[in-house]
Amino acid sequence: MSTPAVIDTQSPPARRVHYLNARYGVASWLLTVDHKRIAILYLIGVTFFFAIGGIYAALIRLELLTPPGDVFLSETYNKLFTGHGVMMVFFFMIPGIPGVLGNFLIPLMIGAKDVAFPRLNLLSWYLFLIGGLTALWAVVHGGVDTGWTFYTPYSTVYSNGWVVVTAVGIFIAGFSSILTGLNFLVTLHTMRAPGMTWMRMPLFCWGMYATAIIQILGTPVVAITLLLVAAERLFHLGIFDPAQGGDPVLFQHLFWFYSHPAVYIMVLPAMAVISELVTAFSRKPIFGYRFIAASSVAIAVLSFLVWGHHMFVSGQSVYAGLVFSILSFMVAIPSAIKVFNWTATLYKGSVSYQTPLLYALGFIGLFTFGGLTGLMLATLGLDIHVTDTYFIVAHFHYIMVGGTIMGYLGGLHYWWPKISGKLYPEYWSRVSAWVIFIGFNLTFFPQFILGYLGMPRRYHAYPAEFQVLNVMSTAGASILGIGYLIPLVYFFWSMRYGKDASDNPWGATGLEWQTPSPPPTENFPVTPQVTGKPYDYLTAQEEVAVG
Amino acid sequence: MADAAHALAGESPPELQHHFVDLEAQKEASSLGMWVFLVTEILFFGGMFTAYVVYRASYRAAFEGASNLLDIRLGAFNTAVLILSSLTMALAVWAASQGKKNRIVVFLSATILLGAVFLGVKVIEYSQKFEHHEVPGPHFVVPHGLPRQAEMFFSLYFCMTGLHALHMVVGIGLLSWLIARARRGDFTTRYNTPVEMVGLYWHFVDIVWIFLFPLLYLLGRHTL
Amino acid sequence: MSGNGSHRHPTLGAYFGVFVTLMALTALTVWAAFQHLGIWNTPVALSIAVTKALLVALIFMHLRYSPRLTAIAVAAAVAWLAILIVITVSDYLTRAWLPIYAR
Repeated sequence: MSTPAVIDTQSPPARRVHYLNARYGVASWLLTVDHKRIAILYLIGVTFFFAIGGIYAALIRLELLTPPGDVFLSETYNKLFTGHGVMMVFFFMIPGIPGVLGNFLIPLMIGAKDVAFPRLNLLSWYLFLIGGLTALWAVVHGGVDTGWTFYTPYSTVYSNGWVVVTAVGIFIAGFSSILTGLNFLVTLHTMRAPGMTWMRMPLFCWGMYATAIIQILGTPVVAITLLLVAAERLFHLGIFDPAQGGDPVLFQHLFWFYSHPAVYIMVLPAMAVISELVTAFSRKPIFGYRFIAASSVAIAVLSFLVWGHHMFVSGQSVYAGLVFSILSFMVAIPSAIKVFNWTATLYKGSVSYQTPLLYALGFIGLFTFGGLTGLMLATLGLDIHVTDTYFIVAHFHYIMVGGTIMGYLGGLHYWWPKISGKLYPEYWSRVSAWVIFIGFNLTFFPQFILGYLGMPRRYHAYPAEFQVLNVMSTAGASILGIGYLIPLVYFFWSMRYGKDASDNPWGATGLEWQTPSPPPTENFPVTPQVTGKPYDYLTAQEEVAVG
Repeated sequence: MADAAHALAGESPPELQHHFVDLEAQKEASSLGMWVFLVTEILFFGGMFTAYVVYRASYRAAFEGASNLLDIRLGAFNTAVLILSSLTMALAVWAASQGKKNRIVVFLSATILLGAVFLGVKVIEYSQKFEHHEVPGPHFVVPHGLPRQAEMFFSLYFCMTGLHALHMVVGIGLLSWLIARARRGDFTTRYNTPVEMVGLYWHFVDIVWIFLFPLLYLLGRHTL
Repeated sequence: MSGNGSHRHPTLGAYFGVFVTLMALTALTVWAAFQHLGIWNTPVALSIAVTKALLVALIFMHLRYSPRLTAIAVAAAVAWLAILIVITVSDYLTRAWLPIYAR
């Protein structure tokens, strides 16, 4: 094909067909089996539930502006923190990065046309949506006041909230998570393009693989536990009720067996994103590829051995507590290995401080900080004093917000050109990254101090001497909220007015950058053959022979 | 390979989904997918097995005594019925691999029939418990001579066998769907994956019962 | 060789043989349940159950002829269930060792 000597500016450019415009109409979206469209459906869904969780957070911080419980009754406040936890954990954090970025990227990164089970993928989205709407029904009709942890026998016998409905909603969403993990695991095992060995696979895929292991092995246990809670509540069974010979600590064992690994479902995908970001924005091969891959799997395995660190004061055996404590120290090691490797990748790299990297750097700093406080909490003796205080709240928010949400936003920005075919405005994206970083730290750092000084969590009133720190926290939360709204605005703006993105605006390696932005529905017209190492920035470009 | 010949001829088999390279890859993925699903089911039932282990250790006498109230003849009969249904299921898969449509339907129907017999027996057992006030909850009456915690045994009994029975109902539904497809001629020597996959599910449900039977029906017999 | 026959299958004889064995093991476990074996009653019952489960898995479910990855997945499930049960039970078993909590 010869290049014309004169550029024709008169007639409109031929409209390229891609996954967004291949078919039109609501039905073509709601009945799609294209993993890319399903990713967009997840994006809409998780953003919606994040907003609801965010409203709950705003109400909590509103109450905590002043020491007395003067905005809400304590019973209502219980529903606020329960709603916040349930919505955020089960309908944003767990499905978020796997549903949005995992779905969009995995087939592209491995050179496949779709995931292994596209229809199951769509079912996963519907289950997520139905589960979320079921929980939302409970919210609207008066909520649940048990805490997202549903401890018995309060949840099974004494609570007056919509426990069964909420439990059913979480159960349904849990199956969404299981099926997504199953889909990704089978996809990664059976659908990698010719030449893409495990050791040539992008680290994002390794992270999603490790996440899938946890989703598959852990979620069914919380599923049956929630069913038993519902059965106990409906049929007065007494499995976890001491009055009938049941043991509330057994509930906690079953609950935390999933819920601790669940936090790694929340953080491993974010770490997977960070691995991609640091290498792309230092234009260097990732340092310690094998160690990062192996540490992902190690985290998945070790995460199942530490759940008792949530139960140090439950009446659990002290010896069990000691064993859980030492295992909790050990699970920090693979995470630390990742942080070392990311840092080593950045060292002497050609670093470009664009928005995705700002989020990655935020992640590395805040996750490390939160992780170190996690080691403090793994120390049994110290945990006794700060358990059920704001120290715990601050710790997990540093990981989940400072960690996961930063990873999610960084990934969303990095791959936005590929997903939408448009560029977001770099100035506003940097502004919002900084607003989020500042707002986040102002919200949650004071909470470490509050917790250490003894302010309990889940209380709507507190002693007057804690007010200054609480006001700082609420101010930070307001700033954080604004920070989250800005990307919402400019991502929408970019879809209409943003500059068109090229195939590879970042000049990064990876098969996803070898397709147009946005990609065609079938991803690759011809299956790629992979011959080079991953992250091959030192040679001219990754050898991808299309054959 | 037959599929390579098809591909060269420009046709892809109608059962081949567009995102798979060939039927072999599709089958490999389907099989791994079903086995991974069964892995989740192992952990799903496993949560209740954990509760069982904890409470049996704590309330040994109550559990042994309550277990002896279960009808061992019905339990053993049901075990035999399920094992036979696993045989007929395996034979259905074998028939499908031969593409023998009528035999597929016969063996699938036999499997459904045996499954229905199993469920019928469970209905009988459940209604007997209802009559004897052995259903946990407000109407439970502690059986004569047993500790109060016998109720915990029955709670676990109903939850575990109930969930198992639910899985059997789903299995019978899947088998019915397979019969409809078999009669349409969907299963050939080239493609019988759905039959194999439902077979895996059915055998798994059998395995769960293989563990439920001794743990629920047999644990106290040695005290008699 | 059909595209579907990617692995060897058990023979019809193997299916019937396993069936007969399973029935026999069922009878055995019922008989053993009534014997006074002391602490061995439970291990015997579980061993028989595990044997039956293995026969169903390996032969009826073709696990013996399936890729190694499948067996690894099943082994992982069993191992994870063992983790759940063993660690939970060890909490209960060791509570009395150091009763210093809840003062």
